[in-house]
Amino acid sequence: MAGSDPLATETAGTPAAPDTVKILIAGGFGVGKTTMVGSVSEIAPLRTEEPLTVAGLGVDDLAGIEQKRATTVAMDFGRITISDELVLYLFGTPGQQRFWFMWNDLAVGALGAVVLIDVRRPESSFAAVDFFERRRIPFVVAVNGFEGHHPYPAEDIRESLALPEGIPVVLCDARRRESSRDVLIALLDLLIAAAVE
Amino acid sequence: MTDSDASGRLVRPFALTGGRTRPSRADFTLITTVTAVDPPPELAPRPQAEQSRILRRCARPVAVAELAALLDLPVSVVVIMLCDLLEAGLITAHPPRPVSPRTPDLDLLQKVREGLGRL
Repeated sequence: MAGSDPLATETAGTPAAPDTVKILIAGGFGVGKTTMVGSVSEIAPLRTEEPLTVAGLGVDDLAGIEQKRATTVAMDFGRITISDELVLYLFGTPGQQRFWFMWNDLAVGALGAVVLIDVRRPESSFAAVDFFERRRIPFVVAVNGFEGHHPYPAEDIRESLALPEGIPVVLCDARRRESSRDVLIALLDLLIAAAVE
Repeated sequence: MTDSDASGRLVRPFALTGGRTRPSRADFTLITTVTAVDPPPELAPRPQAEQSRILRRCARPVAVAELAALLDLPVSVVVIMLCDLLEAGLITAHPPRPVSPRTPDLDLLQKVREGLGRL
């Protein structure tokens, strides 16, 4: 009956839930993560805020932030309905460096990630590149132009980030839906290529 | 962030969970979808006001992260309340598609790729 094991049974009157997957949009503070989520999401980006002291932290994680017990970490996300049975969520990772530990939770179960880079200050996203490389989470690098302009070719960016050949670098305009969509498609093509190997 | 729930909230978020800051079950992720059981089981306890707000929001399947954003509550608070609702048989929970880089699901990846291509 309905109450016996809710995880195993979906009862007759209850609408069937779609499968869900997620992709992370990472990068330094202010590189355009929420802009990218918003341009390609079917809903206006939603925000959840989590008080840091209850975010499942070990004591060590709180070192240096004892003075700010009221700190919250905000995360913006959007949604793309692929079909009746499948929904893709896009999560913008918190941009502040000290909130990296949240990414571990966020990263679990993700298909992959987009590391967004501000063409004017690529160094602000170095840490995000490190994070996904170290955890062997598949990612593409998307270079967000300033007002849509791209002064450097993708190869220069690859060199400055010391990226291996296998990681795609895509020039994009995070404000534009088609451009953000193409970045996500580049990630899926990378994942599919790895899957058929 | 605001919605049609004009009732407002005058209690601190963790007062809603009886002071608990950790869920009793760990099976709610950000993209676990929850759905109110309709009709509710006859023997289920009567939901409290905040629980009723959640149940109204998940008449259709909704992801935990969305629910938290719509209710303007931290995910950790919503998860604790969802645990209670699950144990009372008032909701069902549908876990996300398992994803493992070592054993990629080609069919799933192609479906996502095709869906993005249609945007």
